Parts: sequence; structure tokens; C-alpha cells
Amino acid sequence: MTAFIQPNLLPALPEMVMLAMACLVLVVDLFLPQEKRGFTLLLSLITLILVGIATVYVSPASSISTFGGSFILDKLAVTLKLSVYVVTFLVFVYSRDYLKDLNIYKGEYYVLGLFAVLGMMIMISAHSFLLIYLGLELLSLSLYAMIASNRDSVTASEAAMKYFVLGALASGLLLYGISIFYGLSGTLDITELSGIIKSQAASNPVMLSFALTFIVVGLSFKLGAVPFHMWLPDVYQGSPTSVTLFIGTAPKIAGFAMAIRLLVDGMSDLQVDWSQMLTVLAVASMAIGNIIAISQTNFKRMLAYSTISHVGFILLGLLSGTELGFSSAMFYTITYAITSSVAFAVLMLLNREKHEAGEIADLRGLNDTNPWYAALLAIALFSMAGVPPTVGFYAKLTVINSVIQIDMVWLALVAVLFSVIGLFYYLRVIKAMYFDKPAENQVITIKEALDVKILLSANGLSLLLLGLFPSLLMAWCVAAFA
Amino acid sequence: MSGLMTMFADLPLLSLVIWLPIIGGIFVLFAGDKEPSGARKIALVFSILTFLLTIPLYTLFDSSSYAMQFAEKHVWITEFNINYHLGIDGISMPLILLTSFITILVIISAWEVIQYRASQYLAAFLIMEGFMIGTFSALDSILFYIFFEAMLIPMFLIIGIWGGVNRIYATLKFFLYTFIGSVLMLVALIYMYSKSGSFAILDLHDLPLNISEQTLIFLAFLVAFAVKVPMWPVHTWLPDAHVEAPTGGSVILAAIMLKIGGYGFLRFSLPITPDASQQLDWLIITMSLTAVVYIGFVALVQQDMKKLIAYSSIAHMGFVTLGFFIVFRITSTGDSQGAVLALEGGMVQMVSHGFISGAMFLSVGVLYDRMHSRQIADYGGVVNTMPVFAAFMVFFAMANAGLPGTSGFVGEFMVILAAFKANFWFAFLAATTLILGAAYTLWMVKRVVFGDIANDNVKALTDINNREFLILGLLAIAVLVLGLWPDPLVDVMHPTINNLLQHISVSKI
Repeated sequence: MTAFIQPNLLPALPEMVMLAMACLVLVVDLFLPQEKRGFTLLLSLITLILVGIATVYVSPASSISTFGGSFILDKLAVTLKLSVYVVTFLVFVYSRDYLKDLNIYKGEYYVLGLFAVLGMMIMISAHSFLLIYLGLELLSLSLYAMIASNRDSVTASEAAMKYFVLGALASGLLLYGISIFYGLSGTLDITELSGIIKSQAASNPVMLSFALTFIVVGLSFKLGAVPFHMWLPDVYQGSPTSVTLFIGTAPKIAGFAMAIRLLVDGMSDLQVDWSQMLTVLAVASMAIGNIIAISQTNFKRMLAYSTISHVGFILLGLLSGTELGFSSAMFYTITYAITSSVAFAVLMLLNREKHEAGEIADLRGLNDTNPWYAALLAIALFSMAGVPPTVGFYAKLTVINSVIQIDMVWLALVAVLFSVIGLFYYLRVIKAMYFDKPAENQVITIKEALDVKILLSANGLSLLLLGLFPSLLMAWCVAAFA
Repeated sequence: MSGLMTMFADLPLLSLVIWLPIIGGIFVLFAGDKEPSGARKIALVFSILTFLLTIPLYTLFDSSSYAMQFAEKHVWITEFNINYHLGIDGISMPLILLTSFITILVIISAWEVIQYRASQYLAAFLIMEGFMIGTFSALDSILFYIFFEAMLIPMFLIIGIWGGVNRIYATLKFFLYTFIGSVLMLVALIYMYSKSGSFAILDLHDLPLNISEQTLIFLAFLVAFAVKVPMWPVHTWLPDAHVEAPTGGSVILAAIMLKIGGYGFLRFSLPITPDASQQLDWLIITMSLTAVVYIGFVALVQQDMKKLIAYSSIAHMGFVTLGFFIVFRITSTGDSQGAVLALEGGMVQMVSHGFISGAMFLSVGVLYDRMHSRQIADYGGVVNTMPVFAAFMVFFAMANAGLPGTSGFVGEFMVILAAFKANFWFAFLAATTLILGAAYTLWMVKRVVFGDIANDNVKALTDINNREFLILGLLAIAVLVLGLWPDPLVDVMHPTINNLLQHISVSKI
């Protein structure tokens, strides 16, 4: 019996602050009357800032691990966590007026959101199967509840149900893979596992790739890669747009972290196997995502398919198995989160009482009524399509570069050809905004709060700024894997 | 005067002429549509300022050197060794001047004509001007690519917002066609980066590549630039885009955007993949001659004036690509002077076509503003009601047909002369343009301008006002000067062309 060793708690300071503050917000919110709900929001935003400060405060020069090696704090974790806070901050502010309109402006949205962020933080820093799973479930359970928060909406309940059932299935598959690995190695720790895989890679390849398959399937479910993407369009379309915005942005960053921790940190000796699997998934995601998006008339559903295709691009960076590839996938993930937050935020602004804006047709003539928001959305869409001088171009450039560097030129060609197909449906939305006239009965009046306007403008212009000076972010992504 | 000029020499002139119009465009956007006359004035001031700043690029240009001049180089994206690297030589400098000159005319031509969202319209043109000048002056291939792609966005909006009935189809086709070509080029660029570790265009010129690599890279570039030029058989977006675009959009498309394709062949295809260019020159020559002959016949049967000029553009650009790619067959006969003639003929043809096609589209625009029709059948006898305009239109039509004394003659003549040295039949087929070009242009002019007054609408026409006279007059002077005295243009590009020829005559294998 070894003696209990007091773990170094400091690296987990942000998580602890987040937990304490989330509980505080929960309690304070109970005693607030509805008209003071703004205080909950304010407190949640302060929480994010505090956690951000804590994260910067504990950020290490080199990697630190604690809790017996199950928790790790490195540059990757710091950068990803900070991006999660920034994106969540934006989401919280953008959502306020939309939630008011839908009559679901309650404390739960923010409390659940904060717990989801805690789950993401744990996923990002986890270095053991158990902790990864814990973080993932904390995130997922919060999201299920957030989707269902609009109780009167049938589609939202359906979306929550679908997400819950398929999410549980995916977690089950992931757990199955984890249990096989545990059976083979006798450890849940990622670092130890990586050593054991190294020694067994030659002697026991079949079992290892068998277990790996389940892990990859579970990951693909969570990321939304084809053929495990079925839940994504329904959830995106059915959820309240504020929740779609949240699901579509920050959790992608956490999902990327999970992929890195599992595949790169833990199973780098199986890289040949998972690279092949990810290649198939990436091509399928880019193909299905881009082609099916063409036929969508609902903007949220179209963005869901577009997300699927972007996941394909992120996988391109991962499958290259090089540091260059990982950092470009990371760059892609973060910039995608920033970009799609603009798109959903503009959509939320168009929401009016008794009319949930979600169709592409709802955007018709936006340039006539609100040229500034039309321009911001156009920047976001061009960025998703990868047209310079937006950041999306640079994101695509880096991942394509990473696959060309490993001599997979054919894969780069497949990727760019599907991105041309993708361009078509983004242009269709821009066509609706700029070339179509608004219908008589739907003159769009946007009554936005000043803070939303400032943040959204900064958010939109950051896509141009990062497109012109990608090094601002790329330097961090490169440092994370150096 | 010389003191003033040396002052300019110290400025980062290229950056200024790229970013000044873009900043001007943003100003115009914020000026808004409440007071469109203010937006117009700001736009005009910025376009004239930009043009004035491009003049020192010519006067201070050292035409005895082939080196990149006015170079600026700053570290930009360290992770991928991408630099903000600008510089111009004898083939890019004339095109930059052309761009800044034509943009002024486009701004003036929109003066009273564009009423709907005038500020956005003018801003789009100014921003596009910056991107186009950037394309011509970029010496880093990623910087080039960014400008190359970014200019699609304003053009997409211009055609889509201010275009004709079928504008949405046309503008989507335009964007998708050009985008598919350019993404293949992007893959080729990244591939070369993975070989050389550099995106600098001049480094890529010296990058050794084996023949299969060269062939694939050549084909990727070919798709990108052939769509842009456009060459037969990927030209089909152009008639649609031209017909639906507002006058200014057509002018910029024909006068400058098409030139970027030709410029790309000179800057990328020939020097980076010389061996593949030589092996596959039959392909380009065939495509070019098809454009000259077949598209010439297609132009003959058009009912729509803009469509006719669009097809005539494709045919004229066929000369450009023909001139660029017959050089291998001329040099193999040992005649290096003939090769110089071919390349310079192509370049002169590009600049001249910039003036003439711009003038033709502006002329059609003048008619369209009055009658709201582009159909040849709706006109007839315009000379009776618009004599001054008719004089201009006939003059530009003559230039389009290649009348000696106009700029249209010089380029075509040089290319045909060079083609004789390569192969008699090339020259023979190319020379049919002298007949075909005259046939379709003059026949159109005959039906539109001459004859009796066709209908009451024509009877009610009023002649051009001072603004229109100014635009057409400036273009007429440009066409005449370049036609009578092309030496200043040829002289500045001479060392660059010689150097290019020397470079492509050395195998990279």
C-alpha cells in the first residue's frame, strides 16, 4: 500500500475556479428575479475572465503533469482553453437577446454553459482515459440539457433526444475501445499506454487496431465525421440557434484536443493505422458534407453539413501525423470556431417574435436593410469557403500544405475540388443577401444591443485581420506542438 | 521636376498604389448612399491620385534592366516563409498603368448612370483596383494568389448586384469557373514549396523540376490562367459575365482581368515549367488558333452587341497566347529576334486590347444607357442622331478590326509576323482574324450606326455629353498614340522579354 501523495493542485487552478464559480452562479441565480437575469450573465462573463486569468497565471514554460499523470498542462492546453473561453464569451453575449425573444432567458443556459466549459477544460487537459471520459460526459450532458431548454419546441426536444441517444451510443463505443486497451495494457494512463503500445505494436497488431477502431469511431461520432454524422444536421437545425452556436463552436476545440490526446499522445505508434482510417473519414466527410449542403434550404442545416466538411479538413491535418499537420489542424479548428460564431450570431439577430429565422430565404435583401451585418456574414461565409483575404483561406492553405508535405498530393487535390463545390452553397447565401430583394412582408429590422454590435463587428473583422496576419494565431499553434 | 521625382523614388510606391485605392474604397463605403455625389467625388479623387502615383513607376523605371524594380520586401508569415514581396519589371509595369488608367474611366462612366447603391458600386471598383495592381506586382506566389482570388469577390458582387436579368447565373458561373482553376494552381504552388521551401516567384523560376512534375504543374497553371484569359474551350463564362455585367464591370473584366491570365503565363508557366511548356506548346497553339478562327465565326452571328464584343475579346486574347507559346518553335529555328517579336507582340496586344475592348464596352454602355437594349436589331442609323458618338464608335471598331495606325494593328501584326517564322499555317490561320475581325466588327457598326433611322427610339437619341466625350476621347488618344508610336511601350519591356527568353531556353531537367 503506497502512501497517499498530495498532488500538485496548482495546474488545475482554472478548473477549480470554474467549478466554484459555476456553483456560485447557480446559487445566486436562484435568488434573482427575472428582470435581474442580466446579473447572471454578467457573473458568467466575469467567471470566464477569471478563469482566463487563472489559466494565464498557471501557464507553464514546459509541460507539467499532476494527479498521478492523469492531468496535463502544456502549451497546447493553455492555447485551446483560452480559445474556448473567448468563443464562449462571445456565445454568451450574442445569445442574450435571442433567449429573451424565445422566453427562455433563464440562468440554466449560462450555468449549463459554464459546466460545459468545465467539461471541455477537463477534456483538454486530461491525460488518462478516465478523465477524458469524465470531461466528455460532463460536456455532453450539459449540451443535452441546453438543447432541450426550449421545452415548448417539438424540434428542440427531438434534437435533444437524438443527440442524447446517439451521443450515448458514441460514448459506449469509445468506452468499449478504452476497455479493450485497458485489457491489453492494464493502464488508463495515456503516457504509460503509449509505452505499452510501443512494445506490443509488433507482437499484437490485430488486437491493437481492433481497439483503435472503436476509439476512432467514438471520436468521429463526437466530431461529426462521415459516416458518423447523422445526428449533426438534426441537432443543428432543431436546437435553439443560441445552442447551435455553442455546439458548433467551442466543443469542436475540445474534440480536437481529445483527438490529439488519444491518437497522438497515446497511440502514436499506431499512426499508420489511424492515418488510414482518418483518410477515409476525411474524404467521405468532405464529399458528403459539401455535396449534401448544396440541396439545403435551411441555413442552420446547411451550416451543419458545412461543419461536416470542415471536420474533414481538420482530419486532413491530423492524419498527416506531423507536427506541422497538428498545428495546422489546430489553427483550422480555432479559426473555424471563430468564423461560425459570426454566422450564427447574425442569424440570431434576424430572429423576430414568433418567427424563428433559420431559412436561407430569411436572409434575402439583408444588404438593403442592414449592409453592415450583411458584410460581416459575407466575410464569414467567404472565410468558410476559403477565399482570401479571409482567415479561412490560410486555414485551408496550412492543412493542404501538411498533406502535400507527406506526398499525398492526390488528397490535396480531392480537398480543393470539394472546396470548390463547397463554394457554391456559400455563394448562394451571399446571393440571397446581396442580389435578392426582401419579400414585402419581411422587412428585416434588427434591434441589436450596443455590446453585441461591437463584439460581433470585432469578431467579423478579426477574420480579415487573421487572414492578413495569420502569424498572430499560427505562432501559438506551432508553439503548442514544438 | 527631377527633385520631385527623386522624392517619389524613396516612397514605397507599389504599396501605395495597392493600398491607396483600397483605403479609398473603404472611405467611399462609409460615405454611404445618402449623399451619393460625395461618394462619387471621393472615388474619383482616389482613382486619380492612384493614377498619378503610378506615373513615377513609368518615369523612374530603368528600361535598360530586367531586374525587379521598386522592390519592397517584408517578412510576413514566418511559419511558411511567406514574404510581403513586391516588385515590377517590364511586363508588369505597363499593366499597372493600364489598370489605374482604366479605373478612372470606369469611375467617371458610372457618374449618373449608377443610382442604386452608388457608394458600394464605386467602392467595389476601387478595392478591385488595389487587388489587381497587387496581382501584377506580387513577387511572392501566395501574395499573388491572395490578390488573384480576392479580386473575384468585388467582381462577383458587381455583376450580381448591378447586372442584367440573368446576372445571378452569370456571376455564379464566373466565380466558380475562376475558383476551380485557381485552386489547382494553389496545389501546384504548395507542391513547389514542399520541394524548395520558398514561395518566392523568383526562387520558383530557378527550381529544378523533372518533366513529369513540370507537366502536372504546367497543366495546373494552364487551367488557372486559361480560364482567366479565357481560352477556348473554357471561355463560356465570359460571354455570360460580359453580357450581364454593368458597363463598368465589363470594362474591367475585358480590359484588365483577362490580362491577368496572360500575365500569369509569362510570370509562372513559361519560366517555372519551360520544358513542359515546350512539350505542350502544340496544345496552347491549337487552343489559341481555335479561339482566333472559330470564336471569330461565333462572333459573326451574335445578335447582342456585348456578346459580340465578348467573343471578339476571346479571339483577340487568342493572339496573346499564340504569341507567348510559338516562341519555342521560333527559337528552334535559331531566330531569337522572332521570338522576341512574338512575346512583345503578345504584350502589346494585351495593352492595346485593354484600351480597345474597354472603349467598345463603354460605347455600348453609352447606347444602353439611352435605349436599355443591347440588341443590334433595335438600332440603326444612330449616326443621324448621335454624330459625335458615331465617329468614336467607328474609330474604335476600326481599331478592333486591326486598322493600321491604331493600337489594334501593332500587336496583331507583330504576332502574325512572328508566326510566319514558326510555321506558315499558323500565320495563315492567325491572319484570318484580319478578315473575320473586320467582318464581325464592321458589320455590327454598319447595322447599328449607319443606314436610315430604324425606329422612333433611335430618333429620340441625344448625342454624348461632355462626360462621355471625355472618356471616349481619352481612350481614342490612347489607341492612336499606341498605334502610331508603340516604341515607349516596347522599349520598357525589351530587357525583361530578352531575359525571359534566355531563361526559358535553358532546360530545367
